[in-house]
Amino acid sequence: MMNQYETVFIMTPVLSDEQMKEAVKKYQDFLKDKGAEIVHEEAWGLRKLAYPIQKKSNGFYHLIEYKDNGEVIRDFEVAFKRDERILRFLTVKLDKHAVTYNEKKRRMAKEKKAEEAK
Amino acid sequence: MAQANSDIKYLTPIAVDTTKKKYCRFKKSGIKYIDYKDADFLLKFVNEQGKILPRRITGTSTKFQKKVSQAVKRARHLALMPYVADLLK
Repeated sequence: MMNQYETVFIMTPVLSDEQMKEAVKKYQDFLKDKGAEIVHEEAWGLRKLAYPIQKKSNGFYHLIEYKDNGEVIRDFEVAFKRDERILRFLTVKLDKHAVTYNEKKRRMAKEKKAEEAK
Repeated sequence: MAQANSDIKYLTPIAVDTTKKKYCRFKKSGIKYIDYKDADFLLKFVNEQGKILPRRITGTSTKFQKKVSQAVKRARHLALMPYVADLLK
């Protein structure tokens, strides 16, 4: 039984661009190694936090959407907890409405992009 | 006669039908999923201190109020919305 999940995590702003990409890469590979299928990814970039976390007021947000049977999540979250670069993370299971919503959102974003390119 | 009329007018509450029926915006517009990442949208369901507004004010149905509150709580965890604030709006 494959479910769709979505994980958002916040990285510290002290990282350089390269370090950040490396951290993201680490988690992508982690998922792939465990047999999860990455559906979508979004880097929101540096954003202001609504309240300070570990005395930081900014953070790099990154979102990964993936399909898995759910076994990967425990290890995935343990990896986040051990990683000092990660300020916060949240994993959510997507129900069917959420999946269609996300697909629609992506399609709209794509169309918008295509329009702008014209 | 005119005197009596004016007396009655002030003793009984004036029946002015200004109450608009509240409705659940999610049911009406057919929204099925509430995105916790869309903080701007969720701002409609909190007061200026960042507290979630009750159903009695927004008119949201029970089913969707639960989803709204879940989404707001998720947004708070990810620092997309504040837990406490003054003058949010």
